[in-house]
Amino acid sequence: MNNAGQAIHIKKEILVRIIKAFLSDDFEEQTRLIPYAMRPKGMEVPYRCCVYKERAIIKDRVIAGLGFPIEEDDETVSLAKYAKKAIERKEIDEKNLTVLQAACKGCATNRIYVTDLCQGCVARSCQTACKFGAISMVNGKSVIDDSKCKKCKMCVNACPYNAIVKITVPCEDSCPVGAIKKDETGFASIDADKCINCGRCTAACPFGAVHEKSQIIDILKAIKSNKKVIAMIAPSIAGQFPGNIYQLKSAIIAAGFDDVYEVAQGADITANNEAKEFTERMAESKEKQSEWINEWVNEGGYGENPEAGEEKTVQHFMTTSCCAGYNQLIKKHLPEIKPFVSDTGTPLYYTAQIVNKEFPDAITVFVSPCVAKRAEGFENPNVDYVMNYEELGALFVAKKIQITEMEESKYVKESSKQARNFGFSGGVAESVKASLRDESAVKPFVINGLNKESIRQLKKFATTGECEGGCNLIEVMCCEGGCIGGNATMNNQKTAKKLIDQLAANSQDIEKI
Amino acid sequence: MAKIEVKVCLGTTCFVMGGSNLQELNDIIPQRYGDKVEVSGSNCLNLCSIHWEYSKAPYVKVDEEVVTEATVEKVLEVIDRKLGNN
Repeated sequence: MNNAGQAIHIKKEILVRIIKAFLSDDFEEQTRLIPYAMRPKGMEVPYRCCVYKERAIIKDRVIAGLGFPIEEDDETVSLAKYAKKAIERKEIDEKNLTVLQAACKGCATNRIYVTDLCQGCVARSCQTACKFGAISMVNGKSVIDDSKCKKCKMCVNACPYNAIVKITVPCEDSCPVGAIKKDETGFASIDADKCINCGRCTAACPFGAVHEKSQIIDILKAIKSNKKVIAMIAPSIAGQFPGNIYQLKSAIIAAGFDDVYEVAQGADITANNEAKEFTERMAESKEKQSEWINEWVNEGGYGENPEAGEEKTVQHFMTTSCCAGYNQLIKKHLPEIKPFVSDTGTPLYYTAQIVNKEFPDAITVFVSPCVAKRAEGFENPNVDYVMNYEELGALFVAKKIQITEMEESKYVKESSKQARNFGFSGGVAESVKASLRDESAVKPFVINGLNKESIRQLKKFATTGECEGGCNLIEVMCCEGGCIGGNATMNNQKTAKKLIDQLAANSQDIEKI
Repeated sequence: MAKIEVKVCLGTTCFVMGGSNLQELNDIIPQRYGDKVEVSGSNCLNLCSIHWEYSKAPYVKVDEEVVTEATVEKVLEVIDRKLGNN
């Protein structure tokens, strides 16, 4: 996801300031001052009507940075109070996203609109194109009846003058499952029952109105306590910071963590286990099929077509299970695909297990490319907190840590090339393939990003029990490009991929099962 | 004519605040300007320690000119202007 743009810059600056405030002598007061420091008196107002509104909106963003929902703020509580509450907090909130509704005002609702360019032509192609009778002519111009309009865009495409436009709401358009909506009051809100935490809306909103609720204060508190705090870094991180991952380990330790584990270490286990499971599942499906064919032949080929009734139980494919966004999709929108999904744990699952065995009392922090992993971390008792790449970056900035000037530190276990490639589309399927002695057994099909179209595709595969083109291993990545396209990534995908390739080129091959 | 020297700050602050995208300059500049312009990554240029702090990061230096809140487009614009002046 391309995170360029001022909205993202402001979000990161706020995180840096919150961390600096925490590290100062007076967290509460310094937090209270953040909006004034960022928009001092007399400053030229960059975006909104006046400096007061700018500050109010920055205050809301700070609330999210402190880990609280912006929607519940009644404007009477000062940031100092919020800072105090954050320090006293013992538990984190399950809901990961919060909407800064004051920023939604600038955005018109989703509708089809006839602009002044309408010539009131004789052809009336818009009226003919509309299947719902929503268009009528008033004073020689087309007018759309919003109550009848289904937003199908037929009229938009039909108008020879390009006079009809679809007014889009970027957050709504970006959501693959229709979980974020601008309601009748004009404010966007997220339906937590539908939301798969993919984080698209956070990156899509041009006003930067959707915030992740940060756990940074909880993490800083853990670091400040005497407990051991261990960072587990996702494979895609290799493309996100200057320097290499060995320098990054030193930098993370310099930022206050006690140790750093590569989640790629768990990815090696995921790949191996998934390869085993794949072989078993495919053998089972073959056996079942031949059993039925035999039965059918023994019965003289009479009776029903052997597969017709029980077709769904023959599984011609398996899907991967490491993407947290995909796992949420299965749970909330696509239960029919569940039997096809590998039961293997995610790389984070195995890594957290290893860390927990080694240091049962340690606080574990997963360093993540996306918001979806926050949901996974919340459900996994071995993962205490989740911190995204932007937050880690902000921590480095606040502590003035120069990664490129760090010494290199080795990891307990070097991960394989394939495991380190988990973070981009195609990498997971490749690692399963490379785990097998007979690599030709795997015919991968890659879902590179969940959207309405690819979700439909998955639904079809689940119903028919068959994947396209005889493929038998479906790799599903919620984000386009894979984890390097996660909502909290900082680098563009091209350069991120280049950096990961460099690391992978110097790593050993995965062990075969 | 002296070569124009472009220094992209690879300090943590610049990188985190958007400088990661500037690595594209390594490909674009040689393609577009050949050997008239030289681009290199640099350790922290210490520009984030002046009064703007991180709020104006990422920084790029084109010869002695500091480009604040640098983007690929902004840097190319400065180079074009300099080449036009030379």
